[in-house]
Amino acid sequence: MPVGSQMSIEKEKILHILERVTDPEIPVLTIQDMGIIRDVIIENHKIIVVITPTYSGCPAMSAISMAIRMELLSEGYPDVEIKEIFSPAWTTDWMSESGKQKLKEYGIAPPVVEKRISGLLFQEAPEVPCPRCSSTDTVMISEFGSTACKALMKCNSCLEPFDYFKCHR
Amino acid sequence: MTFYDYIIRLADNNLILGHRLSEWCGHGPFLEQDMAMTNISLDLIGQSRSMYALAAEINSKGESEDDIAFLRLEHEYQNLLLVEQPNGDFAHTVLRQLFFASFQLPLYQAMLQKLQGMTEEHFVTLRGILEKAVMEVTYHKRWSSEWVIRLGDGTAESHSRMVTAVNELYRYYGEAFISDAVDDAAVSEGYGVRPEELKAEADQYIDDIFRQANLNIPVDTYMQRGGKQGVHSEYMGYLLSELQYMQRAYPNASW
Repeated sequence: MPVGSQMSIEKEKILHILERVTDPEIPVLTIQDMGIIRDVIIENHKIIVVITPTYSGCPAMSAISMAIRMELLSEGYPDVEIKEIFSPAWTTDWMSESGKQKLKEYGIAPPVVEKRISGLLFQEAPEVPCPRCSSTDTVMISEFGSTACKALMKCNSCLEPFDYFKCHR
Repeated sequence: MTFYDYIIRLADNNLILGHRLSEWCGHGPFLEQDMAMTNISLDLIGQSRSMYALAAEINSKGESEDDIAFLRLEHEYQNLLLVEQPNGDFAHTVLRQLFFASFQLPLYQAMLQKLQGMTEEHFVTLRGILEKAVMEVTYHKRWSSEWVIRLGDGTAESHSRMVTAVNELYRYYGEAFISDAVDDAAVSEGYGVRPEELKAEADQYIDDIFRQANLNIPVDTYMQRGGKQGVHSEYMGYLLSELQYMQRAYPNASW
């Protein structure tokens, strides 16, 4: 059984392997970029990966769990337990800065800090810069886009439609 | 077993309403709202799944979350009559959502207060589920409120549709706020909330939305009840026959 610093080396190694696991719906983001991995616990030969769902019904969670198992299995870790925890709840604040940059390069506007007050009715859509031309003259077409976590927007300057990863907090 | 019963009730409301909303998939009035309804459905089914999993964990009978969701008989489901009512037109669906969210959000918020500081593992898990759900239900409430106002204060056609929906659904609004033995036991065990205590806030919210929507509360305010005790309306059997079809026809089928 690894002890002390050996344990943390082992943990580093596993976290490194997990960098290969990407979000099935946003393949440029790793699950570390997303902030879904909360902890890795090593118990004898067992690896416990603690993850948190982005949304209660996020359909990507089972695909992500499967991918974690496969990557660890291919590196010689057959005994893997995936534990889901809910608290503290995931928000877009858990997403890394490099993750936000990757999103933008991929053509998805990263979450902006929205001034909207939860629960207040008929609020204006947030000001989101276009990921292609950076213009802020954009309009929200639909509060839901290709997935629940994204909205569909359009840029009035370059006329391109684009996905916006909504601020979730 | 009070905790188990209490969780199952919360989950049943979400599962059944989530199932109803899923029936809209591909039938919404336009694409954006089709997606909004299916996403709300996904939120509710996701919440119910976490709750059933928690219930299965604390119950040592060896049942899984799927067994609880799919293999009970009609009288064992304890959801409110409101959530099993048919979708009707879009006006019915948004009003049903408004009534439910006006109950669900303050309930979860009040439960979170009560669960604060409780350290047993199942309470901590429930708190996590509810924290997440509050973020989601806040949106459901906003979405349904805006649509009730838009339609009620819209054209003559949309207004009359909203009035019909109010007349047909208001009688199912009150059941959520009537407590029974399970509620009483859950209150005495520290995590439950007396639903009557949520009523003033919900009533005031509905009043405010109806005022903006040019709608009136019906004069006849007799409230139907029975769902919480497993006595359902005729629609429930049809709903369950579809919901349970796969597990009944192909026992233990899994993805």
